[in-house]
Amino acid sequence: MYTFSNRLKIGSIILMVVGVLGIGWGFLAAPGTVEEAKAMVAASHDDAHGEEAAHMDDQGHGAVAELGEEHGTSHDEHLLHQLQNKPWAALYVAAFFFMMIALGVLAFYAVQRAAQAGWSPLLFRVMEGITAYLVPGGIIVFVILVLSVLHMNHLFVWMDPEVVAHDELLIGKSGYLDPIFFLIRAVIFLGGWIAYREYSRKLSLEQDESDDNSKFKLNFRISAAFLVFYLISESIMSWDWIMSVDPHWFSTLFGWYIFASMFVSGITVIAMVTIYLKSKGYLPDVNDSHIHDLAKFMFGISIFWTYLWFSQFMLIWYSNIPEEVTYYVTRIQDYKLPFFGMVAMNFLFPVLLLMNSDYKRVNWFVVMSGIVILAGHYMDIFNAIMPATVGDQWYIGIPEIGAIMFFAGLFIFWVFRALTTVPLQPKRNPFIEESRHFHY
Amino acid sequence: MASKVIHAFYDDDDVLMLAVKKVKAAKHHIGEVYCPFPVHGLDKAMGLAPTRIAITSFMYGCVGLIVSIVMMNYMMIEDWPQDIGGKPSFSYLENCPAFVPIMFELTVFFAAHLMVMTFYMRSRLWPFKNAENPDARTTDDHFLMEIEIHNNEQELKDLLMGTGAVEINISEKNSH
Repeated sequence: MYTFSNRLKIGSIILMVVGVLGIGWGFLAAPGTVEEAKAMVAASHDDAHGEEAAHMDDQGHGAVAELGEEHGTSHDEHLLHQLQNKPWAALYVAAFFFMMIALGVLAFYAVQRAAQAGWSPLLFRVMEGITAYLVPGGIIVFVILVLSVLHMNHLFVWMDPEVVAHDELLIGKSGYLDPIFFLIRAVIFLGGWIAYREYSRKLSLEQDESDDNSKFKLNFRISAAFLVFYLISESIMSWDWIMSVDPHWFSTLFGWYIFASMFVSGITVIAMVTIYLKSKGYLPDVNDSHIHDLAKFMFGISIFWTYLWFSQFMLIWYSNIPEEVTYYVTRIQDYKLPFFGMVAMNFLFPVLLLMNSDYKRVNWFVVMSGIVILAGHYMDIFNAIMPATVGDQWYIGIPEIGAIMFFAGLFIFWVFRALTTVPLQPKRNPFIEESRHFHY
Repeated sequence: MASKVIHAFYDDDDVLMLAVKKVKAAKHHIGEVYCPFPVHGLDKAMGLAPTRIAITSFMYGCVGLIVSIVMMNYMMIEDWPQDIGGKPSFSYLENCPAFVPIMFELTVFFAAHLMVMTFYMRSRLWPFKNAENPDARTTDDHFLMEIEIHNNEQELKDLLMGTGAVEINISEKNSH
């Protein structure tokens, strides 16, 4: 049995407390009026990058001018909304990112179940521990979505009936982008994922006590069924929760793209938690070949992510259709460093670091690459949400880092608490012997 | 120069693996093992040096990437710039996204094909070459372990019989 070490527990609680302070500061510091917003932008320009100020103002005007309907005062109001959105967007990106890790692990777990993989049963308890976070993480994301529907924030511009009324395209989409329908879909998706997670976990624990393989077989069947549900729901979820912040823009492979992000983040976290537990003397039967396999997945799915990122980018770049290409124009103009930095972190680093077969067996090397991959995929979600919600007012400051710290603390606390509840090694999984002797 | 070799036949890859380990433990040098399919972990059990083909593959990939860049830069930018879909090609960098698929494909193409050729040359395989396997059954359902004899015929025979060999032959072999 694993015991949650005090140091880790206290560390996670400190992360949460500091994170809450950061998030709270973000909300308190958000401007309440147009004058405050203008003063904030002017001040930050004065002390930070005086020369850039004029340049950034130009771009801001340019972006608004494209909308065609607004002038001076409405630009200031727009700025106010962006700054008011900032703490919300910071909170939402971090909440989604950590929920996405748990969801990615759940998908990986279901794949292992459905494939009846022989190498991975030793890691099932670790995966189940991580997916435990789906319950609080999913509920927090859902609460943020409910608050958006209640107009507590303006993350989703299509939720504002005023905006929809003046927008031909949004009127056309209003049947689908309807706040109530949106929440119903969210309930169905989260309910389905959490129901599978809890039921599969229950069967997995019962299998340890049973004297035949019926629970294992049932788990196999529901995992296969879950994967069908997951692939559809995940795709729709990515349109709803991420793509719809840019309600005019659409991309047909967006669901896959977000899936690749969550899959690789999830696998990375499995590898990191496993290596941590091993370093503390738990999981004695997990050997370097298991880590090697996880690192191969990290490497492969990183390339898969890049393939989708590039496919989406190249087609839109080449066809150059105005309503599609604005998505990348804003990102390349206002988000140059995070946008291209993310590609380096999510593609170049994993490819170069994890290409060599021997390095995939060096545990600290896998952890280091994992940290880069996780930071890169946080930036991926950041780049997906921020341009539509805060525009050129983005910054990775106290609200963003505070939100990451809070959810990282909650994630660590919840996951490792879940790991303490049952023995870390399944004992009656029919493939446990194969997994124990797994060697590459 | 002709030398005497002993051929031990096996009909199961797990038995073969155990046999290889026993022979290695008895400090004999295994000349070659002929298999109908690749046996996982056999190279390590036989004590073969790790393959360097991955390194060549990486280098070939780099060659392919460079060839594709130089080739497209010459074709599309220098020699005959064209206006494709409103994107005039006067600069390689500005048109780079359109070139990336070809850069990727040629990287894979060079790595794959040159790696196969390297593998064939290194294994001394080429078209119309006579087969080296001493017994046709190794292409069907038997595994064959070949060990050179240095005045220890009886000792080797006893050892191999004990490892579950289904047949043991002694034959002359011309070294290549």
